Amino acid sequence: MTVKTLSELLECNCIAGHGGLERPVTGGYIGDFLSWVMGRAEENSAWITVMGNINAVAVALLADVSCIILCDSAPLDEDARLRAEENDIPVLTSSQTAFALALSLGRALGRC
Amino acid sequence: MSNKSSVEPITQQYVIPGTDFTRAGEASSKVKTILKRLGYDPDAIRRVAIAMYEGEINMVIHAHGGTAKVEIFPDRVEIALCDQGPGISDVSKAMEEGYSTAPDEVRALGFGAGMGLPNMKKCSDDMRVHSIIGKGTDVYMTIRVRGTGN
Ligand SMILES: Nc1ncnc2c1ncn2[C@@H]1O[C@H](COP(=O)(O)OP(=O)(O)O)[C@@H](O)[C@H]1O
Ligand SMILES: [Mg+2]
Repeated sequence: MTVKTLSELLECNCIAGHGGLERPVTGGYIGDFLSWVMGRAEENSAWITVMGNINAVAVALLADVSCIILCDSAPLDEDARLRAEENDIPVLTSSQTAFALALSLGRALGRC
Repeated sequence: MSNKSSVEPITQQYVIPGTDFTRAGEASSKVKTILKRLGYDPDAIRRVAIAMYEGEINMVIHAHGGTAKVEIFPDRVEIALCDQGPGISDVSKAMEEGYSTAPDEVRALGFGAGMGLPNMKKCSDDMRVHSIIGKGTDVYMTIRVRGTGN
């Protein structure tokens, strides 16, 4: 599945990094501590978090996650938005909780 | 092996500015771009990127910045991170998962989980930490390129 398809299924808004919408999504990870994400998230994961800062974008880029999903309507910093644009890291937002999004993601991936 | 080691590496040097979290990650991103362009194995690239970013962040948070030297060989990448920060009093304790002296404002940014050094260890095939209190810390990592079939 692509990030674009996932974004539609989860009814998210893509607010940055549209250039990366065709990236594949094969899994997911939830967390806000950046080192946990780097240590545990598999590549091509959709990363669900409230961490909308520039460092989160750097982590997404370096750890090859396919997109950042900001849950609970968490905001994206302006410098983070610019960095995401520059590097084609899709940032999706949703008013849903991490749990609700993970359930939908699991269903979309045929895991539950 | 011996003839591979004799190949001249591609060498990159970076200055990591202290206390600037927004710029941390620039050096790792550049190295990642170079390795991609050279066609290195994606798994190796990812391990280099994560290990180096954690090291960069540590120099920013804990050591007022430092330098990074990256040597790219056909079969491996060697990273030397050197700083003149406060040093680490107990390296084996610092290597434990969850051990962190990071202040709250750093944790608010998503760092300080105490998983940086363990991640660096996990991503690298060899890692050495030399630290002297009051003088600084040097971290040397070797990441071998697997899955290239040579
Ligand atoms: N370059 C460094 N200079 C001084 N202390 C360091 C350095 N790198 C790591 N440390 C010490 O080791 C601890 C553990 O590091 P790490 O595993 O990366 O966790 P974190 O950075 O999240 O605290 C740090 O909290 C700090 O006390
Ligand atoms: Mg750290």
